[in-house]
Amino acid sequence: MVFLEFEKPLESLYEQLEKIKQVGEQGVIDVSDMIKELENKIKTQRKEIYSNLTGWQKVQLSRHPERPYTLYYINQMCKKFVELHGDRYFKDDKAIVGGLANLDGQSVVFIGHQKGADTKDRQYRNFGMANPEGYRKALRLMKLAERFNYPVICLIDTPGAFPGLEAEERGQAEAIARNLFEMAQLRVPIVCVVIGEGASGGAIGIGLGDKVFMLENTWYSVISPESCSSILWRSWDYKEQAAEALKLTADHMYKFGLIDGIIKEPLGGAHALPGEMAKILKKHIKKELVELVGMDPDVRIEKRIKKYSKMGQYAKKPKTKSDTVSTKVK
Amino acid sequence: MGWFKRLKDGIVTSTKDKKEAPDGLWYKCARCKEATTIKELRENYHKCPKCNYHVRIGSYDYFDLLFDGKYQEHFSELVSKDFLKFKDLKPYDTRLEAAKDKTGLDDAIVVAEGKISRKPIVIAAMDFSFIGGSMGSVVGEKIAKSIDYCLKNNIPFMIISKSGGARMMESAFSLMQMAKTSAKLSQLSKAGIPYFSMMTDPTTGGVTASFAMLGDINFAEPEALIGFAGPRVIKETIKKDLPEGFQTSEFLLEHGFLDFIVDRSELKTRLGDLLSFFHTKTA
Ligand SMILES: [Zn+2]
Repeated sequence: MVFLEFEKPLESLYEQLEKIKQVGEQGVIDVSDMIKELENKIKTQRKEIYSNLTGWQKVQLSRHPERPYTLYYINQMCKKFVELHGDRYFKDDKAIVGGLANLDGQSVVFIGHQKGADTKDRQYRNFGMANPEGYRKALRLMKLAERFNYPVICLIDTPGAFPGLEAEERGQAEAIARNLFEMAQLRVPIVCVVIGEGASGGAIGIGLGDKVFMLENTWYSVISPESCSSILWRSWDYKEQAAEALKLTADHMYKFGLIDGIIKEPLGGAHALPGEMAKILKKHIKKELVELVGMDPDVRIEKRIKKYSKMGQYAKKPKTKSDTVSTKVK
Repeated sequence: MGWFKRLKDGIVTSTKDKKEAPDGLWYKCARCKEATTIKELRENYHKCPKCNYHVRIGSYDYFDLLFDGKYQEHFSELVSKDFLKFKDLKPYDTRLEAAKDKTGLDDAIVVAEGKISRKPIVIAAMDFSFIGGSMGSVVGEKIAKSIDYCLKNNIPFMIISKSGGARMMESAFSLMQMAKTSAKLSQLSKAGIPYFSMMTDPTTGGVTASFAMLGDINFAEPEALIGFAGPRVIKETIKKDLPEGFQTSEFLLEHGFLDFIVDRSELKTRLGDLLSFFHTKTA
């Protein structure tokens, strides 16, 4: 088990529990009461820790090394999954995966960022940071879904689009922009769920949907707290403050009307009970699809665009010198 | 309805009330370091007469360069507010006030309607001097409103981008402006109304990864910095020096992301030519 810094009180309780269990195995003393007591203590402690998480602690949870990733969820939720590769122009990006899946009888297209489980795998997946070909593969799969009238489900989990030299050469910005443009008009339902990190353009590049949800312990922001700290505080040391200032948690995002709902995680986070998490996620997606599939595509698209059109907070100043006609200076 | 009849609230002013350097002052070129007078510079389309460096200019400068005479500003009532109570080294509302004082502008974009070669067009032009031309809710809303206006009146639309990207102090609201502006542009596209995207120095981040790259025609001024990630971030990532000319207009043209590069002195003529190819209903 991997314990995050704020989980340290749990770690010592688990250590005690292990020791008592070892004593119990020797068969001299009956330790069952002590075990029960400790397990209760762990439960209470966990509840307490998890009911008061800060923004930065949620960021840490979203990056927990044992947290389930896209392919885990797809394989848990669907009996059949055929992964489809390549953008048909340049290559197959390993940081974004996708394919055809059967979700209890409903054919769907899954698309998601994919991170790696160990050092080698993490490099293979480029830490979930996609290049333009990843976004173009995603778009190809969305168009496939549109042609065969399958809903699209996007699972978001990225520290950002890859900021590399070749990514720029091949048009990282164009690839993301194109996806936003096409997703706005896609004639099939789109459900997006932030399952880990929702960092900036790299996240929203597969994140425009009829319904967008966040798992409880995830974040969504225009910039990572670390980068925000380095730019605005001119130091890497203010990531906690940046995480608070950015109001990047699911609670905030829902309150702001920027997402459509929050999906509860099991106590201790998605990594504590990944199977349980997959079940909750599946139930949620299925419920949303029932509603969306029945809608007229034109109505659905109009509603989708209207939803995004409303996003923004601004004030209006009284019309004084505003909207005047001007002539050339020269 | 004729164009002039629509200007019912308008008051004709000889110059826009803005901060401008007097003609007698000198400008030292940021590139070749040669000095020219402000007057010379202005007469040369705000380009260095010695090396043709395109000096960064503001929204009203572009309106003056491009429109046939009069133009009408739209949606100027929209102003940013610090609804997140965002505070880094300074609170966001202090930054906003300082930016307003410094620039005389209300935000990082100004929308105006006018004519180029007698053809109507709505231009949304960004101001880098206002918090790095960053895109927050006001930038997104002004673009969305402009698109609705163009849809309703069947007028071509153009955005002149000049931005460091999304405005961090508006967090996810600024991120969502990428989705919002792109979604609105998809409506314009569907209606068959042309959208021209001009990128100027610099155009990076969330602005490039949304409306700037979505033009029916994409073009740029010479030697502008255009990219998704900033050069410093890329250098840190790949741990190598970047090749010369990386992320310039010329680099993007070569890699297939721009239709052409246009010198500022030819911009008005080029836009007139473009507009002649896209016939929209005349009022
Ligand atoms: Zn010069």
